[in-house]
Amino acid sequence: MKNKDFKKTNNTKNEFFSKHLLLFVILGISLILSLMSEHFLTMSNFINIARQISINFILAAGLTMVIITGGIDLSVGSIVAFSGVVAGMYLNTGGNFITAILLALLIGTLCGFINGILVSRFKMASFIATLGMMSMARGLALVLTGGSSITIDNSSYTFIGGGYLFGIPMPVVVAVIIFVIVYLLLNKTRLGRTFFAIGGNEEASRLSGIKVANKHLIVYSISGFLAGLASVVLTARLWAAPPIAGQGFELHAIAASVIGGASLMGGTGTILGTLYGAFIIGIIRNGLNLLGVASFWQQFVIGLIIILAVLFDRIRKNKME
Amino acid sequence: MNENILEMKNITKRYPGVLALDNVSFSLNKGEVHALVGENGAGKSTLVKILSGAVQKTEGEILINGKKASLSNPIAAKELGINQIYQELNLAFNMSVMENIFLGNMPKKSYFVDFDTMYEESKKVLDELNINIDPRTKIEDLGVGDQQMIEIAKSIYAEPDILIMDEPTAALSKTEIDRLFSVILSLKEKGKSIIYISHRLEELWQIGDRATVLREGKKIFTKSLSDLTENSITTAMVGREIEEKYPSFSINPGEKILSVKNLSSADKLKNISFDLHKGEILGIAGLVGAGRTELMRAVFGADTIDEGEIYIKGENIKINNPYQAIDNGIGLIPEDRKSHGLVLDLSIKKNITLPILKKLSKYGFINHKEDFDIAENYRDKMSIKTPNIDFIARQLSGGNQQKVVIAKWLSANVDIILFDEPTRGIDVGAKIEVYELMIELLKEGVGIIMTSSELPEILEMSSRILVLHRGEITGEFEKEEIKDICQEDILSCAMGSDRNEK
Repeated sequence: MKNKDFKKTNNTKNEFFSKHLLLFVILGISLILSLMSEHFLTMSNFINIARQISINFILAAGLTMVIITGGIDLSVGSIVAFSGVVAGMYLNTGGNFITAILLALLIGTLCGFINGILVSRFKMASFIATLGMMSMARGLALVLTGGSSITIDNSSYTFIGGGYLFGIPMPVVVAVIIFVIVYLLLNKTRLGRTFFAIGGNEEASRLSGIKVANKHLIVYSISGFLAGLASVVLTARLWAAPPIAGQGFELHAIAASVIGGASLMGGTGTILGTLYGAFIIGIIRNGLNLLGVASFWQQFVIGLIIILAVLFDRIRKNKME
Repeated sequence: MNENILEMKNITKRYPGVLALDNVSFSLNKGEVHALVGENGAGKSTLVKILSGAVQKTEGEILINGKKASLSNPIAAKELGINQIYQELNLAFNMSVMENIFLGNMPKKSYFVDFDTMYEESKKVLDELNINIDPRTKIEDLGVGDQQMIEIAKSIYAEPDILIMDEPTAALSKTEIDRLFSVILSLKEKGKSIIYISHRLEELWQIGDRATVLREGKKIFTKSLSDLTENSITTAMVGREIEEKYPSFSINPGEKILSVKNLSSADKLKNISFDLHKGEILGIAGLVGAGRTELMRAVFGADTIDEGEIYIKGENIKINNPYQAIDNGIGLIPEDRKSHGLVLDLSIKKNITLPILKKLSKYGFINHKEDFDIAENYRDKMSIKTPNIDFIARQLSGGNQQKVVIAKWLSANVDIILFDEPTRGIDVGAKIEVYELMIELLKEGVGIIMTSSELPEILEMSSRILVLHRGEITGEFEKEEIKDICQEDILSCAMGSDRNEK
C-alpha cells in the first residue's frame, strides 16, 4: 500500500527535533549537572570533557562505519594497546616521532586489514573474526612488553596527547578532523553511500555491481587505522604504552554509536549521532565524578543509558508505523 | 446459505496526511469466496490488515456474527476465527514442515514434543491439500511454490472461519494453483469464508462468488462475479477503460548482441546455448524449478558457472561477478525485488543511482546535483508515485518498487536487460506500464531476456521463446511460429517432451 506510509514531509520542526533529539538530551543533562555542581559549567571543564571523549569518539567513528555495513569490530581496544606498545618501543630505541606515529597507524591498519580479509574473503562472521583479533593483538602487546608498561619520553610525540593548538587540546583537534573526514566520507562520497547500501541489503548491492568484499576490507582497515590513531593520542597523553591499555574501549565505542542511532542490523547510523553519543557518555562520567559518585556507578549508568537510548528509538519507530 | 458472518461498516483509515480508506463497507457470507480487487495502493491490504488486527481503523464498525468485535491485535483476531495468509512467507526456514504447521501449538507428550502425533497430523493436512511433501523436510529445502503451499496448509490447519488470502497464487505454478483452488472449493463447502486478493483477475471466476473493487481508498462497487467480466473489473479498478492487457508492438530485431554457448552450472543448467538480438524480447518459459532464474543469474554473473562461453557483440568475455556483467552492459531485474532488487531502507534516489555511482563521482565524491537530477528524471519519466525521491523504497507499492528497479538499469544505460518475472505481484495498471517500458527499451535497441510463469505474458510479449525443463532447453519457438502456437505447446515442452524429438 503506497499511501499509508506517506507522511507529511513539511513538518520540518518535528524533523529537526527528532534528528537532534540527543542534543536536547545533552543540554538537559548539562542543565541538571550545572545546577548540582558549580564546577560543571566552566570552560575548563568543557575542554576537559572534550579531551576525555576524543579517544572514544575516534574509535566510535570507525565502529559507526563498520556497524553501518552490518558488521562489528571488537578488536579496536586491543589494537590500541598493541600499536601503542610498538610505537613506544620504537621511540625507546631513539626513533623519530613521526615514524613512530606512522608505525602505530600502520600496525592498526594492518590488524584491521586482517579482520577485513577474514570477513570478506573467508566469509567469517565479523563478531568472531574481530573477537579473535581482540585476543591476538592483546596477546602480542603482552608478549612484546613482558607485561610491563613502556615509558615514553619524547616531547614531540607526547605533544599529540598533552599539547594545545590555538588553545584547543590536541586530542580534540584530532577528533574534530576525524569528525569532518568521516562526515564527508559517509555523506558525500561513493564509498560512504556503498557502506549504507551493503548494510541495508548486501545481495541487492552485489547485484547492483558493488564490489561488496572490497568494501568490507576497506571498512575494517579504516576501523583499524582509527584504532592506531587513538593509540597514538592515548599513549602520548599517558607518556606510556601499557599493554593493558584500551580494555573495554570497544564497548564504549559501540555504545556511543548505538546511542547515536546506529543499528546493529546495519544500514543506519550517523557520525553526528555518534558524536552526541560520545558526549552523553562523557558528560555523565564527568558529572558523576564532580558529584563524587563512586566510579562503579558510572558503569551502571552508562549501561542504563545504552538500553534507554535503544528502547526510546524502538518506541519512536513503532509509533511511526 | 446466505448467512452473514462479517460486516465491516463505513471503515475509514487515516494516516497522517493520507486517507488510506474512505468510508468503505464490506461484508462476507458464510461459505463465500469474496474477491477483493484494486490496484496497488487502493486500500486492499489496509482493509484486510484492519480485519486481521495488524492495523487499527480510524472510524467504522466491525461485526462478526452480528456481534460488535474489537480487533485490537492479531491475537484477538485469531481468537475470533480470522486468519490471514500473507503475501510474504511467514515460515521458520530452518525448521521442518511439520514444525512450521504446528508452530506455537505443538502437541505434547508429558513435557516433550510429541513428534509422532505431529507427523501423523501434518501428513493428514498435507494429504488433504494433495501436497506430496514429507513433513520432516526442512522449509529451506523446498521451492518457493511448495513453501507457499505450506504457508497455506499452516493457516488451514488452524481451522479459521474467515481466511484472508493475499495473493496466494503469485508464486505458484499452474498445477499448484489448481490444487489450491480445489482446496478453496472444499473449504467453501465446509462453510468457511474466504477473502481473496489477487492480481490475476482471470482466476476469480473459478472460485469466487462476489467481488469488491477498491480504488484510491474508496469502494467502487460490490457485485456478484456472474454479473462481471474481466474488462468491467479492470475498468473499475483503473477508473478508465483499458483496451488491451498487452500493448501491441512490432519488433525489428537488429544485430546479435549476446551469445551464450554451452552454458552449464552444477546440476542446475545443462548445455544451454542461445542468441539475443538488439530490439527483441527472448522469452524463457518453464515450470518452477526448471532453471529460469538460475539461467538469468548465471548470465549476470551472480552465480558461478562451470562451463560455457558468453559473447557480447561478438567478443568472448568472462563474467565472474555482477560488476563485470554491468561493465559489459548487462542489467538484471531480479525475481525477488525486495530482497535482491532494492535496498529497502535507502531512498528511491539512492537505489536508482546505485549501479552508476562510479559515473556520478569524481575523486570518490558524489556529484549530488547530478545524482538528484537523474533520479528525479526517472521518477518523472516512469511516473513513480511518491511525494519525493528521498522517500525510502520500502514505502512504495510493489509496482512502484519495480519501476525503481527498472530505473536503476535505465540509468546505467545497459543494452541487455534480464527481466526475471517482471510483473509478479503488481497490478494491471502498473503491468501495462512495465510492458510499455519494455517496448520503449526495444526501440532504443536494448535486447531483453524475460522469464515469466505466466504463459500469456510470455506468448504476448516475446519475439522468440525458449522452454526450459530441468535445466535443459526442450523447445525453441521462432518469431514466425509464435502466433500459431498455444499455451499447451509450451507446456508440453516444459513438462519435458523435447520438441525436436516429436
